[in-house]
Amino acid sequence: MSFDRIKEKLSILADAAKYDVSCASSGGKRANHNKGLGTNTGMGICHSYTEDGRCVSLLKILLTNHCIYDCAYCITRKSNDIKRAAFKIQEVVDLTINFYRRNYIEGLFLSSGIFKNADYTMERLVSVAKKLRLEENFNGYIHLKSIPGASDELMREAGLYADRLSVNIEIPTVSGLKLLAPDKKHEDFIKPMKKVKDEIIQYKAEKKIIKSTPRFAPAGQSTQMIIGATGESDRDIMYSASYYYKEFNMKRVYYSGYVPVLADDRLPSLGTEVPILRENRLYQTDWLLRFYGFSVHEILNESNKYLELDIDPKLSWALRNLDLFPIDINKADKRMIARVPGIGLKSVHKIVQARTFRKLDWSHLKAIGIALNRAQYFIICNSKDFYKKDHSETILKRLILKTSNSKYKKHFNQQLSLFS
Amino acid sequence: MNPQTILLYDGTFDGFLTCVFTVYDQNISDVVIQHYHLDHNQLFSVIEDVITQKHLAHRVWKGFKEKTTKNEQNDFFKAFLSEIKGVENTLLSYMRSIFNRKSIKTIDFSNKDILKISQVARMVAREKHRMEAFVRFQLTKDEIYVATVAPDFNVLPLIIKHFRDRYADQKWLIFDTSRNYGIFYNLKTVEMIRFEDKKGLDPKCISKNHNLQESNFQELWNVYYKNVNISSRNNKKLHEQHLPKRYWKYLTEKNGM
Repeated sequence: MSFDRIKEKLSILADAAKYDVSCASSGGKRANHNKGLGTNTGMGICHSYTEDGRCVSLLKILLTNHCIYDCAYCITRKSNDIKRAAFKIQEVVDLTINFYRRNYIEGLFLSSGIFKNADYTMERLVSVAKKLRLEENFNGYIHLKSIPGASDELMREAGLYADRLSVNIEIPTVSGLKLLAPDKKHEDFIKPMKKVKDEIIQYKAEKKIIKSTPRFAPAGQSTQMIIGATGESDRDIMYSASYYYKEFNMKRVYYSGYVPVLADDRLPSLGTEVPILRENRLYQTDWLLRFYGFSVHEILNESNKYLELDIDPKLSWALRNLDLFPIDINKADKRMIARVPGIGLKSVHKIVQARTFRKLDWSHLKAIGIALNRAQYFIICNSKDFYKKDHSETILKRLILKTSNSKYKKHFNQQLSLFS
Repeated sequence: MNPQTILLYDGTFDGFLTCVFTVYDQNISDVVIQHYHLDHNQLFSVIEDVITQKHLAHRVWKGFKEKTTKNEQNDFFKAFLSEIKGVENTLLSYMRSIFNRKSIKTIDFSNKDILKISQVARMVAREKHRMEAFVRFQLTKDEIYVATVAPDFNVLPLIIKHFRDRYADQKWLIFDTSRNYGIFYNLKTVEMIRFEDKKGLDPKCISKNHNLQESNFQELWNVYYKNVNISSRNNKKLHEQHLPKRYWKYLTEKNGM
């Protein structure tokens, strides 16, 4: 292959793919067959990190950035005047294999602009995956983008070779989608998601009867939403995220702070700061929903449409529910301990085991590694010395903020000085 | 008062386990186990050289296995590989509490040795994971994928399985330059190797010995690395937190042309 041309294509098509935040390489366990190339342990490995602090796990590229659509938020939209390029199928295969052999990557994340039509594009993506699996005996990770509107047959074939499939919903609300991507239909996004979900359910059922049933997208499916491009609230975003988790058994929903790349009246102006902190709070909420047993309306509801930016969502919830605290660390239910600000799941696990040996006091809790600066106000333990509850929500919040050292503190200095 | 006993061993895991056997066999109560390289000019203490004996080591390990879960055994070995000064004594004291305990269902994380071992094991596990991520192979003329590393802890024994499974169809060598040994896969088995002359593993020497296509792929990788960054989100602190500077010298993308 001509090296300089490949280099140019790679720079264009990697650049265009980078706004997709998904980089997970976990979940799709795959063993190495017949001394082929690659494994997937199900753990996921970040091989490098870019200067923005994001992980590089997969070779994340577009097959092409030619596109027939004109979505306002997208850098490869039809009306945007940029360099266009397209990879040949074999070129993507060669790059993947050679990067993989040098331990640069966990596998391939292949997306594409839509050229001709949905099926034509999807067919190309599938044939890259097929070639990697069948001709190269490649057992690394493959993440394919489902092209909205692709046929069920192609989606099925995609799932046979890929570990994960994803469609990016991009705009959390239907009205926002109408505004920014007028040619795309909401149903077109939903259809491939539903197909993948049904296939996975069917695979699991058949697997019980016939052990050799070919695997289908073992790492499941995911989606992504852009944050801060239209005026949606955190409540809108998280309600729609939990809908996708529930309705389509999503493995992950990603939140991507909008990076202004184009001038358009419908969008935040160029030079608007990327809402990185908001994105972070949304991810924290996502974790609370998936692992800590919270339901979405406890955190976001009619009277709390936005997450507080200066404190994490669990602390925010606890401050609103002070009547539930303090709890006794030596007696309380596991689920309740997980709700204490400053205690993570690993610490919960350690506390529950350790307390069967002796009553825990502050020094034990500190050694286990919980964040006492937050947790101390919400728990009692085997010590007479504990925080006496006599402060209101606002005073307690101020107290905690004073003693904490958030990396985001610089954003809040002004607000703090207002109070003190 | 009995004098303190210092047991010196050769730094191997079997050697350490032989020391544990000695402690029980001779019923020594006040004991320090350490590598014979380390300084041991203690007044008033008895110094004893322990010669590694595999069958004794196996007896100790067998007893330990009966009393522990798979996870605890792994953590124990990882903590040993940390080579942290004095870790042998924490391990010994941990082993003593294991041999005394009645049930293995729950773990007493309020016992300081147990907590310490699990924390050290986590540090070692993190380093192991980093090696699985940060090893960068370069293909040489003789069709061997070569990488050099200098991990904080002695983790090569822990990564053998990962690399053997993953790169089953290519010859590879990972060399630990700070501990002076490497692991080499010859398409069948992985063996530990040492070199009389290490010049061949000098970065300059490796690049002289490159396969024809090697520098092209390195350049493509650098192009890719540069282009996936979103510069309006740059976050230097986070970047260096995930990718500490001490690892940069081995990363192709951090030594771009």
